[in-house]
Amino acid sequence: MAAELGEDVPGLIGLLLLLGVVGMALLAPWIAPHDPAAQSVLARLAPPAWLARGDPAHLLGTDALGRDVLSRIIWGARATLLVGVAVVLLSGSFGVLVGLVAGYAGGRTDAVLMRLVDIQVSFPGVLLILLIVSVVGPSLLTIVVVLAITNWMIYARLVRGTVLSLRSAPYVEAAEIVGCGPVRILWRHILPNLVSPLLTVAILEFTNVVLAEAAISFLGLGVQPPATSWGLDVASGRDYVFVAWWLVTFPGLAIAVTVLGVNLFAGWLRVTTDPREREKRFGWSRAARALAGRAQ
Amino acid sequence: MAAFLLRRLLQGALVVLGVTFTVFVVTRVFGNPVDLMLPLSASAEQRAAFAAELGLDRPLPAQFMQFVGELLRFDFGESTWQRRPAMAVVLERLPNSLLLIGAGLGLAIILALPAGLLAAGRPGGLLDRVVTGISLAGLSMPQFWVGLLLIVLFAVAIPVLPTSGMGTPAHLVLPAVTLALVPFARMTLFVRSQIMEELNRPYIRTALARGLPRSRVLVGHALRNTLVPFLTLVGWELVLALAGYTVVVETVFAWPGMGLVAIQALQRGDLFLVQAIVYTVAVLIVLVNILLDVVFKLVDPRIGLG
Repeated sequence: MAAELGEDVPGLIGLLLLLGVVGMALLAPWIAPHDPAAQSVLARLAPPAWLARGDPAHLLGTDALGRDVLSRIIWGARATLLVGVAVVLLSGSFGVLVGLVAGYAGGRTDAVLMRLVDIQVSFPGVLLILLIVSVVGPSLLTIVVVLAITNWMIYARLVRGTVLSLRSAPYVEAAEIVGCGPVRILWRHILPNLVSPLLTVAILEFTNVVLAEAAISFLGLGVQPPATSWGLDVASGRDYVFVAWWLVTFPGLAIAVTVLGVNLFAGWLRVTTDPREREKRFGWSRAARALAGRAQ
Repeated sequence: MAAFLLRRLLQGALVVLGVTFTVFVVTRVFGNPVDLMLPLSASAEQRAAFAAELGLDRPLPAQFMQFVGELLRFDFGESTWQRRPAMAVVLERLPNSLLLIGAGLGLAIILALPAGLLAAGRPGGLLDRVVTGISLAGLSMPQFWVGLLLIVLFAVAIPVLPTSGMGTPAHLVLPAVTLALVPFARMTLFVRSQIMEELNRPYIRTALARGLPRSRVLVGHALRNTLVPFLTLVGWELVLALAGYTVVVETVFAWPGMGLVAIQALQRGDLFLVQAIVYTVAVLIVLVNILLDVVFKLVDPRIGLG
């Protein structure tokens, strides 16, 4: 697998981008050149260092309060990754649990749980999230919880489908006959089959969560001011978009680079772990080869 | 067909009931409408009077029945911000949002079908890599950021298009392009992937063996068979646009639609107006889903009414 990553340039780039963002988040106190909250009236709205009037001390310029844009981006990686990972873990665990129970219990339990999934999938997503957040009060915790309770359905559907198809597999029946309990069967015999598809879904969900957090923070209902978030920084740069383009550009670029990195990496992961995905690459040539074989 | 429609409508009603329950629990149990809607300076008497007016002094089950009863009578309360029925505000703004969604998704569909087709026609080729690259970039950029960059570009560098508000057809261009980007990216990758999968099927080999040119096999056979799953994706994007894209895009471009009003109402603590918007979108989503099921049935004879 590792050797294949070397072959797949986009996948490798994705992994490197991802490692860069994680490194930024972990090492923020040591690599950030300034305190992300330190204001300076004298240094306000300085353009990036390579432009005329640029200050070499502020590589990516400063915002309307004189805060260093680069330092805010480095610290902002923490909020983004924290929300993304926390939401994926919370919603993933809950969704997997519901899917396992629904698929294994079957019957009425399955019908009720899956109807619940159907209903919640049709909820007016972002609007409802915004309403909940504004009523409960915006904070990092609120966002994580609200995004988690609105994103678990996809895992439940995936897990339930696989459990249903594996339930009657000979090796599962054998395990039942030997006397394994349902928990052991689900955990030891069925769940391992789900690791690879779950990983792919979780990674793609991670990008959705990151983009959702950014959008909610941009709309003013996410991470709140003394804290930093890339979406929040884009929102505060919005008022200066015509005089200081760098305020909007760089935090947004950080979001885009993070999500792109994850997407590229996920693309490689999917092609490597899903044989069907590999076959797709050879559609035409396979048809042509079959034809040629018949002609001979 | 009638039984099928009835069942789907009942499911839709369950969705709306679920939304109602969620909104009720959130606003009445976790939050306090009085705190949200009255200014901080309101006196204790004013608060008590307002609570009594809303029926908040009654037990929760009674409140819930009242809540549902008002909805059934299409009574969504009065917008405290605009001082007129909340639903009137929503109905006034809804067409603007639908225009934006229609233009954005229409653009996405028109571009995504040929782009996905061209990419799948020669997997790994230059065109495929360019199309896939653009799509991945489109999926990775936050919509609000794309919108702001377009504003900078078109207000400063090439001042030919208006960057905010609504009025002339030119006003529609930037918001529609911004809204189109994510659906376009997802649709393109989907069409490409579906067609590449179709190309492995025996009927494609048969068609090639009969001597049909590749382009005809692609469009007439492979594309035809991906249209139904593609329609599912279009429906999904429509739902996402109704409930999410419009909020962001309308905020960035000051497009006077339902999403912009929702944000303004939230900032002003206008709970009734936000509720009215949430319900309108929930009902629209239910209708879109039912409509899609009916269309599937009409388009694809393999799909039963189960």
